[in-house]
Amino acid sequence: MPHPAPTEQPSIPGTTIFDGRMAMKGYPLNKMCFSFNEKANRDAFLHDEDAYLEKYGLTEEHKEAVRSRNVLRMIAAGGNIYYLAKLAGIFGLTVQDVGAQQTGMSVEEFKAKLVDAGRN
Amino acid sequence: MARIVGGITTSHIPAIGNAITKELFEDPYWKPFFDSYPPVRDWLNEVQPDVAIVIYNDHGLNFFLDKMPTFSIGAAPRYENADEGWGLKPLPPFQGAPDLSWHLIESLVAEEFDITSCQEMLVDHGFAVPISLLWPDRVKTEPAKQIKTIPVCINTVQHPLPSPKRCYKLGQAIGRAVASFPEDLKVVVVGTGGLSHQLDGERAGFINKEFDLMCLERIVDQADSLTDLSIHDLVREAGAQGAEFILWLAMRGALDGKVRKLHSNYHIPISNTAAGLLLLENAGL
Ligand SMILES: [Fe+2]
Repeated sequence: MPHPAPTEQPSIPGTTIFDGRMAMKGYPLNKMCFSFNEKANRDAFLHDEDAYLEKYGLTEEHKEAVRSRNVLRMIAAGGNIYYLAKLAGIFGLTVQDVGAQQTGMSVEEFKAKLVDAGRN
Repeated sequence: MARIVGGITTSHIPAIGNAITKELFEDPYWKPFFDSYPPVRDWLNEVQPDVAIVIYNDHGLNFFLDKMPTFSIGAAPRYENADEGWGLKPLPPFQGAPDLSWHLIESLVAEEFDITSCQEMLVDHGFAVPISLLWPDRVKTEPAKQIKTIPVCINTVQHPLPSPKRCYKLGQAIGRAVASFPEDLKVVVVGTGGLSHQLDGERAGFINKEFDLMCLERIVDQADSLTDLSIHDLVREAGAQGAEFILWLAMRGALDGKVRKLHSNYHIPISNTAAGLLLLENAGL
């Protein structure tokens, strides 16, 4: 028997399954972030953010999420963390900064939590 | 005939690539991690494999959501690494083994695995970091003498992901394909990624030591008991990105039933991740 689709299973707290539904919802946002693999595009974003958001056809929800710099909002808008990491990289943020923001901790607290995970 | 000499699994966290560039091998944060690799390099030096089949996942360098193959295999003489957007320095190109690549593709499709073949394929940190850890002198070696590589990419970005059982079976089919390749080649299979980690959501920073240690133990000679896990089980127990464990299972499938565990390591944390390392020798060797 195949396993039921994740969306038909009990949800996992604090976790969004990035499935087809989310991938459609977040498509322009993720496509913009994918473009940030290239430096010229990262520079263009920094030069004129509004124009760049427009160019990739972001919805109002996407735009507000990006402008808020709030990763949880970007995920709710369909952003996938691998692509969002490229946006975070523009601001010099690492996955630990992003983890701290999403969990409402300071970066030091977040790092300490990771170290603690090895102690039990 | 070609034969698989063994398998290695290792985490592929981007921060490792940065630490290598900055040579942080003696740094207190990094030392316990880097110190676990010399026994694996010694084994590679002794065995001298000709080709590494590297089972990894792309994180948004080569593939975007416009086309997202479940299983894809590189079939090129060379693979380029490139800017991933957040500051990892691109490495010189990796050498391919296109004859064996096409043989893998033909064998796997004949076995009803629907493979996307790639004559151009950018390989990201999921592929490059493990190569740098296992063959640290590669960048100083002339291309013709470098380890030859075959990228085998499994989708872990967009659900549905292939099940643990399907990935294990893919590995078994890779094992049969290598065994039927007429050239005398020694092949090592590398599974990358994992162990438990989660980058996204309110559960970011989730690590599950107990589950990881169970996987590290069982994958050696009770891998069958792990293939009944669902992707949902893996996401719940190992974190959203801990589902990369399917890449480890694909590696394990490629080995014969009986293996010898020569080395393993488990270290928390590297970046947001529980780092795992495992060296299995094919018992037939
Ligand atoms: Fe990864």
